Amino acid sequence: MNTATFSIYRGDSNGGKFEDYTTEVSEGMVVLDAVHGIQSAQANDLACRWNCKAGKCGSCSAEINGMPRLMCMTRLNSLPLDKPVTIEPIKAFPHVRDLVTDVSWNFAAKMKIKKFKPRPPDAPDGSWRMAQGDIDRVQEFRKCIECFLCQDVCHVLREHNKHEEFIGPRLLVYTAALEMHPLDTEDRLQDLKDAYGIGYCNITKCCTKVCPEDITITDNAIIPLKERVVDEFYDPLKRALKLLRPKPKPENDHV
Amino acid sequence: MADYQTHEHDVLIIGAGGAGLRAAIEASTAGVKVGLICKSLLGKAHTVMAEGGIAAALANVDDRDNWRVHFSDTMRGGQYVNNWRMAEIHAKEAPDRVRELEAWGAVFDRTPDGRILQRNFGGHKYPRLAHVGDRTGLELIRTLQDHGIHQGIDVHMEHTVVTLLKDGERVVGALAYERERGRFKVFKAKAVVLATGGLGRAYKITSNSWEGTGDGVGLGYDAGAELIDMEFVQFHPTGMVWPPSVVGILVTEGVRGEGGILTNNQGKRFMFDSIPDNYKAQTADNAEEGWRYCQGDKNARRPPELLTRDHVARCIVREIKEGRGSPHGGVFLDIAWIKEKIADSAAHIQRKLPSMYHQFKQLADIDITQEPMEVGPTTHYAMGGIRVDADTQMSNVPGLFAAGECAAGINGANRLGGNSLSDIIVFGKRAGEFAAKYVKEHGAGQVNNDQIDEAVRRSLEPFERGATKGGGAEGPYQVQAELQEMMQDLVGIVRTEDEMQRALDGLGKLWERARKVAVYGHREYNPGWHTAIDLHNLMTVSEAITRSAIERKESRGAHFREDYENKDAAFGKVNTVVSKAADGTMQVRRESIPEMPEHLKQVIEEMK
Repeated sequence: MNTATFSIYRGDSNGGKFEDYTTEVSEGMVVLDAVHGIQSAQANDLACRWNCKAGKCGSCSAEINGMPRLMCMTRLNSLPLDKPVTIEPIKAFPHVRDLVTDVSWNFAAKMKIKKFKPRPPDAPDGSWRMAQGDIDRVQEFRKCIECFLCQDVCHVLREHNKHEEFIGPRLLVYTAALEMHPLDTEDRLQDLKDAYGIGYCNITKCCTKVCPEDITITDNAIIPLKERVVDEFYDPLKRALKLLRPKPKPENDHV
Repeated sequence: MADYQTHEHDVLIIGAGGAGLRAAIEASTAGVKVGLICKSLLGKAHTVMAEGGIAAALANVDDRDNWRVHFSDTMRGGQYVNNWRMAEIHAKEAPDRVRELEAWGAVFDRTPDGRILQRNFGGHKYPRLAHVGDRTGLELIRTLQDHGIHQGIDVHMEHTVVTLLKDGERVVGALAYERERGRFKVFKAKAVVLATGGLGRAYKITSNSWEGTGDGVGLGYDAGAELIDMEFVQFHPTGMVWPPSVVGILVTEGVRGEGGILTNNQGKRFMFDSIPDNYKAQTADNAEEGWRYCQGDKNARRPPELLTRDHVARCIVREIKEGRGSPHGGVFLDIAWIKEKIADSAAHIQRKLPSMYHQFKQLADIDITQEPMEVGPTTHYAMGGIRVDADTQMSNVPGLFAAGECAAGINGANRLGGNSLSDIIVFGKRAGEFAAKYVKEHGAGQVNNDQIDEAVRRSLEPFERGATKGGGAEGPYQVQAELQEMMQDLVGIVRTEDEMQRALDGLGKLWERARKVAVYGHREYNPGWHTAIDLHNLMTVSEAITRSAIERKESRGAHFREDYENKDAAFGKVNTVVSKAADGTMQVRRESIPEMPEHLKQVIEEMK
């Protein structure tokens, strides 16, 4: 059996430091297994979040060798084990203890986004008709497991602390899922521009790179939303035309 | 009494998976003040792990489906010890609950004419599972979460309930501790809904997350609630068996629904060898017919891979025991073979089973579109739990309700896949509705300060036992691991009287050790301390499973006894009931199942 060393950040909001733990490793192990091994044998009070251990709940986000990742989906054989593997908490939110951060801001910010508002049902039994082709994009966004790695890596939140003015990539994806939902009738463009601060995003695509669900956050969600905001508020020709014409029906409103 | 922060709600819901969230939405819609406690962050509950779909007779894909077929499928799957009234309500109300999710923003996969698509699953006669690829649980929980946050529900994240508070016979709240700061809080409530999910963490190989420690069952039992049918623990046939660190993680039954086949190390498709008599008429007897069924041919019968979970799990165990298993102690589950049938099979598999593709690629470095998976049974679901009234979901303790996996009745001896996601929305709704009704009819009770002080003292004891970082008293993880190994070995898929008696002795010793475990560090976000607290409920459910399993001297559904290999008609008429005696000991008794009314008997007769 081989061993490997893990340099884990220990501490709380008052400060902390990296501590090294050496533990046995075997074929197929992921970082979370190593953390659990250390927890049960060497450090019962080592704080970390996890639930499903299968990349579906998004609880065990951390920075592994400096990269924001899920601990449960990071195989040890993908890391160089000849030197210590560093594991530290995500940075865009207040630190609580060890690998745990206070991500409650994400939940509070989500409540500010106008909720789903469907058009009247298409059929007498209260159901709707939608074509699969019209929901593929929305389903991509709804794969989000709310691990907040995209929020962590977004420089607007991480370096500039614009939490008051900007909702971040995760919540822009959430807004995109609502805005592109074929049944939704709500208008969130004004909020995207003002309350959600979409203008802060300057498309560095870091969020897309770290998404464990491979959601094309920037290209498929944020850029189309930016285009809608531009069309609505900044395109003089379109504004003029809009005054002359009634608001078009949503493109998917066809069945 | 020390000064504890106190919250007051009309209805307090413990657990924020599908059942808890649905109950919270319903109770708040009824106009009462709702508090929701979750052990993790909101939206991380075990419901996210549910993959296959929500069983509901919408008849969108096969118009022969209706509540009667769903009802009789559920009863047959449960070997007729189900609470027939719950099975009836469930089959009738599931379609409305699914349509409601769509109205709240859920985006299900579609049929060619734009309706909600439904897929095949084990034990369901027709394609019945509304789904979103293989991440239906995530869709369900996210829809309820996002709808619920606008309802004015007070959500208390990362809080763990230590005990339910009682005023005489009635439940009047709960004592919890807040994980981040390690502080105790008193939650006063006029009604409490338990929606804490499963208990799979009592076993070593399980699909359940760390949260599945049987909290609701343990809390309810200690508060005087009766438990039923605890012996029925479902072992899902297909968990991952390789690599070691992912053992137990679920591989959705949807793989078989989409045409996946089970083979042994001789390349033989072994499920055709043993089709139970009561399913013979509905099951294909050749590979071609099975494939046509998976492709939606209404005249074809389902392949034997889609027999009920208890049966498939036992067939897999047989293959492994008789030396025909795969290299890592499982059998092969092969979906890649469909390339013989479908031109663009790799893309098809990735579209139908995206998260399975992802899971195997990342965790096992296996491309399931090209090679078979290795799978074996994993502890998955508790059919047993808190006994509730079928219509209202109230337990025998006034003011205490339960819904979802921690409540029992609907599934009998074996749950059909997909019936869990429908269970949690159908009965979550009812629990919320009737808890709110109870609140409107009853005033507030009095919490007992002595009870609170005593529970706090007991919870803090592990810190006082002189544990040191280097050694000293035993830590909680060691006791937990031994319990899991013992339950796996002695009260697992195949059971005998002798082994279960040994488990009872073992439990006695583990109870002693559990009462003496020590933790170190401080109270803030301390997982060691949390594990020490969890042990009480884990031990309680393990004892209830073992005692009930000894009591049921027959094999039925998920409960298989090597010393009583057959079903016994007399046991087909009883539930096992567990309750806490005045002296604190656990009692088990048998109780007759009420006679099924004529109209339901007729439905079952028609569907034979």
